[in-house]
Amino acid sequence: MNYFPDEVIEHIFEYVVSHRDRNALSLVCKSWYRIERCTREKVFIGNCYSITPERLIQRFPALKSLTLKGKPHFADFSLVPHGWGGFVYPWIEALAKGKVGLEELRLKRMVVSDDSLELLSRAFPNFRSLVLVSCEEFTTDGLAAIAANCKSLRELDLQENEVDDHKGQWLSCFPDSCTSLVSLNFACLKGEINVGVLERLVARSPNLKSLRLNRSVPLDALQRILTRAPQLVDLGVGSYVQDPATETFVKLMNTMHKCKSITSLSGFLEVTPRCLTAMYVICPNLTSLNLSYAAGIPGSDLIKLIRHCKKLQRLWIMDSIGDKGLGVVANTCKELQELRVFPSDNIGHHAAVTEKGLVAISMGCPKLHSLLYFCHQMTNAALITVAKNCPNFIRFRLAILDATKPDPDTNQPLDEGFGAIVQSCRRLRRLSLSGQLTDKVFLYIGMYAEQLEMLSIAFAGESDKGMLYVLNGCKKLRKLEIRDCPFGDTALLTDIGKYETMRSLWMSSCEVTVGACKVLAKKMPRLNVEIFNENETADCELEDEQKVEKMYLYRTLAGKRKDAPEYVWTL
Amino acid sequence: MEKEGIGLEITELRLGLPGGGGDSSSEKNKKKRVFSEIEDATDDRKTGERKNQVVGWPPVCSYRKKNSSITSSKMYVKVSMDGAPFLRKIDLAMHKGYSELGFALEELFGCHGMTAEKCEQVPIYEDKDGDWMLVGDVPWQMFIESCKRLRIMKRSDAKGFGLQPKGSLKGFIQGV
Repeated sequence: MNYFPDEVIEHIFEYVVSHRDRNALSLVCKSWYRIERCTREKVFIGNCYSITPERLIQRFPALKSLTLKGKPHFADFSLVPHGWGGFVYPWIEALAKGKVGLEELRLKRMVVSDDSLELLSRAFPNFRSLVLVSCEEFTTDGLAAIAANCKSLRELDLQENEVDDHKGQWLSCFPDSCTSLVSLNFACLKGEINVGVLERLVARSPNLKSLRLNRSVPLDALQRILTRAPQLVDLGVGSYVQDPATETFVKLMNTMHKCKSITSLSGFLEVTPRCLTAMYVICPNLTSLNLSYAAGIPGSDLIKLIRHCKKLQRLWIMDSIGDKGLGVVANTCKELQELRVFPSDNIGHHAAVTEKGLVAISMGCPKLHSLLYFCHQMTNAALITVAKNCPNFIRFRLAILDATKPDPDTNQPLDEGFGAIVQSCRRLRRLSLSGQLTDKVFLYIGMYAEQLEMLSIAFAGESDKGMLYVLNGCKKLRKLEIRDCPFGDTALLTDIGKYETMRSLWMSSCEVTVGACKVLAKKMPRLNVEIFNENETADCELEDEQKVEKMYLYRTLAGKRKDAPEYVWTL
Repeated sequence: MEKEGIGLEITELRLGLPGGGGDSSSEKNKKKRVFSEIEDATDDRKTGERKNQVVGWPPVCSYRKKNSSITSSKMYVKVSMDGAPFLRKIDLAMHKGYSELGFALEELFGCHGMTAEKCEQVPIYEDKDGDWMLVGDVPWQMFIESCKRLRIMKRSDAKGFGLQPKGSLKGFIQGV
């Protein structure tokens, strides 16, 4: 390879796309490092504080697509106080200053101000794609700027963001000349949408493949929109409330017959269950169905719908489907790869899901590789059966609603069950545990979970040994997040070099002391060790013996960050 | 003489809720159920968090928590209180149960002790059919879907409505 001219190597590198492979290429030799960095267009940064934007721009001058993640995962569950950080503005500012030809920006758990969206919309003439997941602070004013100024916008995808509605008609800000939209998802917006404006936008977007509406778009508008966009592949229904005995509903039923391209269906943010019959005609084509935000659909109606969905690969649903419904899924959806079952508040215990539903799924869906399962109980026997039936799990996340519940049949902890999972699923990359668990489960994880990259632990374990088994055994571990476990200083400090091989470690309500964190921070200058001190008395001294309520540490080349709020102490 | 007494009881006409349960003790129990729910919740508030009120468990992300319940849309209803000069509005979707509603109403009108058993005020609501119902009989979810407006009525006025805690409805039912 040393004798090939650069152009040939560049050409070969074009075929190498994944971040990990690209990273590997850059480590081979100096000339490969140089060629790789000059040709890399997509960069993924899992922790926005691990590196400065300037350094990124310097290394990758051809940057076109950037993915940034901000807050730690447990921020989703209200464990990170407000104002922690993850501000995107400095990144956009630096990219603009560096005259980067940015085309795509994907952000997750970041703080996105309207100013940043305004700057983004003006500084990058070729900007095409904005994806915001679980972000906050922006309003519809920021969206208006994007709509108005991004001349070649193809994708605006807003997922699960907290957005303030400032009235003001942001959708109208798409100029008449904007005809390039391929994907538009505004399902998380709470405010009203001008339906006429939306219909005209859809009408002039012949390439529109993905459209996800918010709650303010009524069923009659949906029908008109679908008439204009029969080429849609991915549909998110907004409001789906109608009296089925009306002409409007009959019109919709007829329109659905023309929507044969739809393979992904979601939404139903408010729904009249009897109207779901209109969807039966497209169900046979669906590979992805997300009804996890469609509250109030009785299990029986869910079952009726699912019976038509024989090609389903991804299913996100609420536990109102029940164990019986999961049995129907198991019999119908033989291609199922990913299943998520979410808890609904208002369900009697008889309708919720238990280990029985999961066992049924494992028997009927051998291709299953990703699971997120909220349930009322789990048994070791069930987990052992599931492990045997589905050895291909990549992601296995179990959340028992009573976090420390033992196996109800034997009253034993769930160590053996999870042990079976890690032993059988050699490709497991992500694992979340719950239920009553001793140190033993961590011994199993350390022994068998060789590919494990992310582990989430809550209310588990008995001693420092538990955490040490994991740190010792899981060579590929990148993210470890622990809450309410009896792991302390010994566990934290035994193998401090490990943390530079990982992206981050979160520990809250454990037994770690301030003193140990200080020691760690001192010995490892390339780690930021943050302690959150939420007491009102901000000037109180942190005493070494004090237990740390929340600690978040991450490797970084950027040094101590300058935007941390008062309650964050970077040691 | 006794016989006559019994006979008179049977024929005594009383106004009462249609389909209302038999005797006075079950009436009392119904009321008790409403307020005891509130009392239990009060005790819980006093003694601290219950097991299923741990922050961040179950690990459902906060956006999903706010947006995937059937009550995630706002459900403002008018609330009138007898004797108050103007009405208020309350968002039923903001509350998870009768006890929370009770506290909210107390705060709104500055009246205290409504959640106690022998309170001066009785909360009633108008349902989808236009009937006035006593708050607390049906499951919370069912209640918020059918409640059109609330009224806080003086207990003494409630007698006129037939919402009295004692008195036999047996005769009325048999007569129907």
